[in-house]
Amino acid sequence: MGIGITELTVRIVVLAKQVPDPETPPSQFKIDESTNTVIPPNGVPPVVNGFDLTAVEAALLLRDSGADVEITVMSVGSDFVMDAMKKPLAMGADRLVLVDDSGLDNIDSAVTVRVLAAAIEKDGPYDLILGGRQASDWDQAHVTLGLSEVLGLPLVSLVQKLELNGDSVSLQRVIPDGYQTITAPLPSVLTITNELGEPRYPNLRGIMQASRKKPEIFSLADLGISSDDLVPKLELKKLYIPESNKQVELIEGEDEADSGKKLALRLREEKLI
Amino acid sequence: MTSILLVAERDEQGEINQSTLQAIAAANGLLDAVVTVAISGEAPASASALAVEKIVTLAVVSIADEGIYDQATAEISALVESTSPEVVIFSKSDFGSIVGARLAFRSDSAFAADCIEISNDGGDGVSVTRPVYGGSALAEFEIASKPAIVTLRAGSYEAGNETGSPSIEAFDSGASVEQAASVTGTVAEARDGVRLEDANFVVSGGRGLGGPEPFSVLTDLANALGGAVGASRAACDAGWIDHSHQVGLTGKSVSPDVYIAVGISGASQHMAGCSSSRAIVAINKDADSNIFKEARFGIVGDWEKVLPSFLATVRELKA
Repeated sequence: MGIGITELTVRIVVLAKQVPDPETPPSQFKIDESTNTVIPPNGVPPVVNGFDLTAVEAALLLRDSGADVEITVMSVGSDFVMDAMKKPLAMGADRLVLVDDSGLDNIDSAVTVRVLAAAIEKDGPYDLILGGRQASDWDQAHVTLGLSEVLGLPLVSLVQKLELNGDSVSLQRVIPDGYQTITAPLPSVLTITNELGEPRYPNLRGIMQASRKKPEIFSLADLGISSDDLVPKLELKKLYIPESNKQVELIEGEDEADSGKKLALRLREEKLI
Repeated sequence: MTSILLVAERDEQGEINQSTLQAIAAANGLLDAVVTVAISGEAPASASALAVEKIVTLAVVSIADEGIYDQATAEISALVESTSPEVVIFSKSDFGSIVGARLAFRSDSAFAADCIEISNDGGDGVSVTRPVYGGSALAEFEIASKPAIVTLRAGSYEAGNETGSPSIEAFDSGASVEQAASVTGTVAEARDGVRLEDANFVVSGGRGLGGPEPFSVLTDLANALGGAVGASRAACDAGWIDHSHQVGLTGKSVSPDVYIAVGISGASQHMAGCSSSRAIVAINKDADSNIFKEARFGIVGDWEKVLPSFLATVRELKA
């Protein structure tokens, strides 16, 4: 436990993943089909998965509301880019814990869950485990869900609002036509959805503080795991960009207003309106 | 023989829903498929003609479990344990995404979410294809271990016309689940007009609108067409319109006759929610934007100049 942490402090761990920048324009998105990997576009550094930053924001909102919280950001992988991974610290998180090991290249979510569970058990105990609703690379949306099973903790997904009440947490969970209100005990595992609101931008003070903080690093050996034990359950056979053969029919009028009129007439001609 | 357990879901009328019928078609496409359908509660009458081997009815889970799915996960885990299927298929719904993932990690099984294709004619294992990187790429995986647990994206398969005469039996694990988290209420958000998911016309706005005000123009157009208003994630995250309007990978999936995208760049994450529309119409200033690669009709231009005459002509045609 860090300085200033008491028994009353609510310890929160936020799971974060380093991903290729999803704002990369489609024209620059390329795949090396011989290795089944995405070719990192020139000059576009990786970022922390945006949905995970929303989960960091959720933890920071609890602090803003007056709760005594300690926020740890945790990630597993290899080849971490520190400028990217320190963003949650610059936003206001307290600690960054990385399981950084070359044995964690190209892992699947089953392996990720196992390693995260071991790291959480070693670094914990935690009162809340937060994850983003999904990662913008493999879009699987189940690491956090799987973690709740492996750790044997209650799970609530798609949380848009949370409030601490002593030893429980009151939640709003998004459903298609509104939301559910849910009460969960501590500790629990939650996935946070983007309806919560946009993650805050780091301010200068936060960036300065983050630059002075060092990540705490675990290797697989520190967690008592041998990379030989980490057998993926899904074997990637092929990764490719699907071909689009759609051809757009551009409507061009004398001016833009005329184009608008012609578009409506064309849609009527096709019996679409 | 390939034994498949398919976990069914119901529509608002209590009938087997469309996604489940599509999943049955996918399951029947597997080599020597023997399909069992599990459904919570008494099977609807239409289930007796499904083209499957067997229907297993599960004890009804309580309303307090809806969204948490502790009881549902326990019940389906017990069924999988007692019947040892080689493949377990869920729809990629709220229910399927959560229960599928929890079942897989509880039983240390392989899980592939949001698949658009499943086959097992290429070797020992099951092969699945799923969109990744927000739909920019497709990934094909092989799963050698059993059971392979998958969720299927709606619309990936067409429901078949075949019928059958399955046997029906009940399953009750007898397990009692102590629920740690509990649902205390449901708040329905007010909505005017048609439901976005049911609309035949959707008028969506994105970052290119520049602010919240233009959504009133989009609303006028949607009203004239008898449709609903959608939005890109960028527009929702910016607070211009409520997130309940968001179309895309992390929002709603729509398949209207006409999807009109105004000031939307067409990132693959957005297209994942509207690509099954009959016709996509794009209005965007940037001729190079991705939306023109996905659209059937397009206007390269300023929406502020295009939309008023488009709306006026639509009103005349509809009058």
